[in-house]
Amino acid sequence: MNKEDETLLREVIGEDVTSSDSYNIRKNGKLVERKVNPNINIVTKEDNSGIDIYVKENTLFGTVNIPVIITESGLTDVVYNDFHIGKNANIIIVAGCGITNNGHWDARHDGIHRFYLEEGAKVKYIERHCGLGVGDGKRILNPVTEINMKKASYMVMDTTQIKGVDDTIRTTKANLESDATLIVTEKILTSKDQVAKTNFIVELNGENASTHVTSRSVATEKSYQEFVSNVTGNTKSYAHVECDAIIKEEGQVKAVPEIFAKNVEANLVHEAAIGKIAGEQLMKLMSLGLTEKEAEEVIIEGFLK
Amino acid sequence: MLELKNISFTRNNKKILNNINLTLDNDKFYVITGPNGSGKSTLAKIIMGLEKPDTGKIYLNGEDITNKTISERAKLGLGYAFQQPVQFKGITVYDLLKLSTNKKELTKKEACNILSKVGLCAMEYVDREVNKSLSGGELKRIEIATVMAKKPYLAIFDEPEAGIDLWSFQNLTEVFKEISNNSNTTTLVISHQERILNIADEIIIISKGEIEDQGAKEKLFDQIMNPKKCCKGGTPCE
Repeated sequence: MNKEDETLLREVIGEDVTSSDSYNIRKNGKLVERKVNPNINIVTKEDNSGIDIYVKENTLFGTVNIPVIITESGLTDVVYNDFHIGKNANIIIVAGCGITNNGHWDARHDGIHRFYLEEGAKVKYIERHCGLGVGDGKRILNPVTEINMKKASYMVMDTTQIKGVDDTIRTTKANLESDATLIVTEKILTSKDQVAKTNFIVELNGENASTHVTSRSVATEKSYQEFVSNVTGNTKSYAHVECDAIIKEEGQVKAVPEIFAKNVEANLVHEAAIGKIAGEQLMKLMSLGLTEKEAEEVIIEGFLK
Repeated sequence: MLELKNISFTRNNKKILNNINLTLDNDKFYVITGPNGSGKSTLAKIIMGLEKPDTGKIYLNGEDITNKTISERAKLGLGYAFQQPVQFKGITVYDLLKLSTNKKELTKKEACNILSKVGLCAMEYVDREVNKSLSGGELKRIEIATVMAKKPYLAIFDEPEAGIDLWSFQNLTEVFKEISNNSNTTTLVISHQERILNIADEIIIISKGEIEDQGAKEKLFDQIMNPKKCCKGGTPCE
């Protein structure tokens, strides 16, 4: 790995990857470096491109970093990463992909992440996506996250795509058993003529399963974003889906909410708000001495924080 | 010193302010009062630059600020507390106070001290987002705190008591007493509250877009509290 790779990795993980208990660094479709420990094992798949991550039951405060970087223009990398989280384990997983494309060909990464949480397992999953480089080839990311949650398991998914990704279709599917809780926060910023589409499909199958999905997005210049959520309450369950978007210049955002209560005890809520930055917000910050441009930056930074 | 000269403002064919002339001296505590719809808030907004007058000039210490932006006026030392506090998703009370003080190094303790002055149990609030999870009264106090934190040369408060419960109001009066004792700030408060009127150095009465009367609190307080005019039409009752 060279300095550029390290910068890209830091952009994805937010810190030094190797400071983690366990990690797996993948560059241009190949394994670069891996570290495991007695509680967290990472195994290369034999029948497919990708890895299996096994976290032993009752593992507490473990961390796993699974970054992917792509620096070859024209490369399409498809990877299947399966996370098997043992009973009552409590773990932080940081994953994501950074593409530096300095060439004319499109560079693409499709990361399919499947989570299997056993009873009582707790996961904080942080996913970051970004695109860098000066080439006119596109940076394309299509992450798929499938989450299977056993009884009383708990997962927080914090996913961010802040810059440089030209085209993305992000799909998250989840099945929750009884007393399981899934909290998802998605933050997306698009500019130029970028396109970002998000699909959330959540099935609340077990009694007292609950989910809270928050999507905050900013579409600037000529970019387009689409947020589709589809939550089904099959039993006594709770869901709250929020979609908030700020649009600037010629940015467009479409929100398509779908909530389906199949049981009288299902309590499902959806809120969506799309609009430009409120004039009062700008005026308040300007009354504190910020210029209009500074005020706008502070509002967007806070919104996506 | 702030001077308003011949300020007029018309919207939708309605004259909201008609030829207002007003001078605010340094270090004084002014209260503007008057009936609803008389133009008080519009006048405050015009001073801060949130609205632009159709005619007239505004001078701050002799400098014409009529065409200056809100930001420029803020940098010259004007501060403004909104009647309806603005909410922000993702911006915390601490963030807002940092922006208010223009101190990147504002400590949490300093932020807490500012919040305590407006009657908020500071540690509970400092990391909360300034959004709908806060009550109207809490948002109002935070709004007041942002202006106090700024330590402006001229502080404008548009109906600070609105949305604050009676129990907390006494505390707020103390806050304004403290501001009025601060010799470096000129304060302009729009209020209908007796307790606020009572701590004013001067009271300005606005009615139908014009200054009806202006003078020392001692002169006007009794007149406001014991009006000899009917509220309808201003014709004498007796």
